[in-house]
Amino acid sequence: MGLGAFFTSKLDEAIGWARKYSIFQYPFVTACCGMEYMATACSHYDIDRFGAGLPRFSPRQADVLFVVGTISHKMAPVLKRVYDQMTEPKWVVAFGVCTCTGGFYNNYATVQGIDTIIPVDVYIPGCPPRPESVIDGLMKLQDRIAAQAQRY
Amino acid sequence: MDGAAMLAELRARFGSDVVETHEHRGDHTAVVTREALRRVLAWCRDEPSLAFEMLTDLTAVDYVKYPGRQDGPRFEVVYHLYSLTHNHRLRLKVRVDEDDALVPTAVDLWPIADWFEREVWDMFGVRFAGHPDLRRLLMYEEFVGHPLRKDYPIDRRQPLIGPAS
Amino acid sequence: MAQTTQREFMLGEGSGTGSGSQNLRVGVGPAHPAMHGIIRITTELDGEVIVKADVEIGYLHRAFEKDCEEGGYNNAIPFTDRLNYVSPLINNFGYCAAVEKLLGIGVTERCKYIRVIMSEISRICDHLTCIGASAMELGAFTVFLYMIKAREFLWELVEDVTGARLTISYGRVGGVKADLPDGFAERTAKAFKETREVLDEVHRLLTGNRIFMDRMIGVGALSREETIAYAITGPLLRAAGVPYDVRRAQPYDVYDRLEFEIPTQKDGDNYSRYLVRMAEMEQSMRIVEQALAMVPGGPINVDFEGRPVDPAWYVDRGKQGKTEGLLLVPITLSPNLLGSERPAHERINAHDKRVVLPPKETTYGSIEGLMNHFMLIMEGNGIRPPRGEAYVAVEGANGELGFYVVSDGTDRPYRVRCRPPCLPPMAALHRMIEGEMVADLIPTFGSVNMIGGELDR
Repeated sequence: MGLGAFFTSKLDEAIGWARKYSIFQYPFVTACCGMEYMATACSHYDIDRFGAGLPRFSPRQADVLFVVGTISHKMAPVLKRVYDQMTEPKWVVAFGVCTCTGGFYNNYATVQGIDTIIPVDVYIPGCPPRPESVIDGLMKLQDRIAAQAQRY
Repeated sequence: MDGAAMLAELRARFGSDVVETHEHRGDHTAVVTREALRRVLAWCRDEPSLAFEMLTDLTAVDYVKYPGRQDGPRFEVVYHLYSLTHNHRLRLKVRVDEDDALVPTAVDLWPIADWFEREVWDMFGVRFAGHPDLRRLLMYEEFVGHPLRKDYPIDRRQPLIGPAS
Repeated sequence: MAQTTQREFMLGEGSGTGSGSQNLRVGVGPAHPAMHGIIRITTELDGEVIVKADVEIGYLHRAFEKDCEEGGYNNAIPFTDRLNYVSPLINNFGYCAAVEKLLGIGVTERCKYIRVIMSEISRICDHLTCIGASAMELGAFTVFLYMIKAREFLWELVEDVTGARLTISYGRVGGVKADLPDGFAERTAKAFKETREVLDEVHRLLTGNRIFMDRMIGVGALSREETIAYAITGPLLRAAGVPYDVRRAQPYDVYDRLEFEIPTQKDGDNYSRYLVRMAEMEQSMRIVEQALAMVPGGPINVDFEGRPVDPAWYVDRGKQGKTEGLLLVPITLSPNLLGSERPAHERINAHDKRVVLPPKETTYGSIEGLMNHFMLIMEGNGIRPPRGEAYVAVEGANGELGFYVVSDGTDRPYRVRCRPPCLPPMAALHRMIEGEMVADLIPTFGSVNMIGGELDR
């Protein structure tokens, strides 16, 4: 094993550590889950403790896409477009059961899970999820960010 | 004016154009013919003893699977009126067939009818004659069919992108 | 349609087209930073002034009305939660009231009071969110944090009663899911104290704030006549000077026994709407306090002559068929999660076996109770209102929330129509923003308090 490999893996870890605590999220808020998203973001639960306190409403400035709420077929092209506009590295969190599987909306208007349109990293089930499970999902995402091979 | 008096007044004034009146659980309803609909609506709004300033709601019901009404006119367009002055309500209905699903518009009487009528067109496929801009309200333009019709299956998807399920 | 180039599309027609100066078309939404809702407004700008606006909705259409037709009457209740998801309790009770009217049944006195109390708590949550979010969009982020803090205290109350924070499914046809828990009045008093402090702070932060007033006064105004013609109800109508409130005009539940004022303003602009909402929260708290003092039946005190039994143990025994003597065992069921005790159940639910599920101990403890439960749950049975139709209006947080239910005599609603209170203001939104600056679109949209679930259904 050469010296380079040793350094690479350590640098990866350092970058992963930095990235996981500087999450700039794009809250793609459509529906009921947005209320719990607000509750999570505000002072009671304070998502800022996890380095994800600053939402960026421009896809080009964000690196985690929070898809919060039901996606209808009318909204789906917009979501795809927002995702495409985000720059690498980027992650997607499916917030709430509607975004995971369509939830209890199984009808002509709703998309049955956003993973049929865009790739998803972390699924947070719940209708809507409690702030505690949102934070749990966020921590799982952080672990994932820290552990993955970093591109830079 | 109480509901029964309102219905009596309507019958007296419009005669055979009032097809049917009834009272159920305190709600008073009059079914009128399509030809008389605009006259009835305008009169309800302008007559001082009624003074229905508000078109609270406008919707439709598809009666194609209603027991005993499969053969009658398919759609009923339902108007809910409310008067701020007198604090009373009235429900007006007009029945139309599927082949001839056309109702005169109420946009010039109440501007809110604009969106309500667009929604009825979108969901039931009932057109409104004289509507300035009858587009879909809730669904997208590419959508085929009218989802609240009883013969539209609830899970027939028409995705713009991505798979159907 | 003739093909238009990108340039022609972006540069609209306008008066100055000939001289090279054209109106600019700007699309706002559906995903826009300063709008807490997904709608699309296509505006045509002359400089910074909006000359024409076209509002497009439907991005959150999720087939509420179709879904309701697919299940039994009680199955629609979770869908009603998600109409106006900021005040779901009011939707629950509105829908239940419509089905009750169709059935021709009433609810018990205690249930009426509980419905009033929970509706008003919901209304406060809705107004807090509305003011907080629209203040945030004007840059007043502190207000948003304070408002959500207060909402969190109220949500804790809601959770105590219903077991959930947001999508509560608490209403039942003929009653409510569970009784108020012990000590609810004291906790309410505490939460209201906190809420009042927050409102006081917000008053000091916003009401006399120069920047806030400059952005709100005279902006987004709609005349009294036009507000009525667009069938706008709720805070927007009251801000235009019409004291119409369903709670006063056609009192339901016990609103006619409670004292409250209907705050109104004259101007119909964004600032008036803000003042009306602020005043309404205080009135809602007044209503809750009176209702809590008047609620009949008092707190629940089950007499523990025998052993107190854990409800899970009780249910397990029942499922194993060991029902002997179970009915005689006094038990304490958590009123939130596992149903309610029989005395509480009878106090809050109508005594109508065709409609209301029996209490859990009857279901598990006697064959009649089990059959009654099955008859209400099994497909093809359930609640069967006689043929007919009914329209019921309640005062939602945004105005008159109506449910029009048509029954064909079976166990499924033939048609459920929700009259959404925020659709009329959205239909009139173009009238509010045309002629104003493009930056004024944001507070106006905020003051309308558009809720996607209810608007698009």
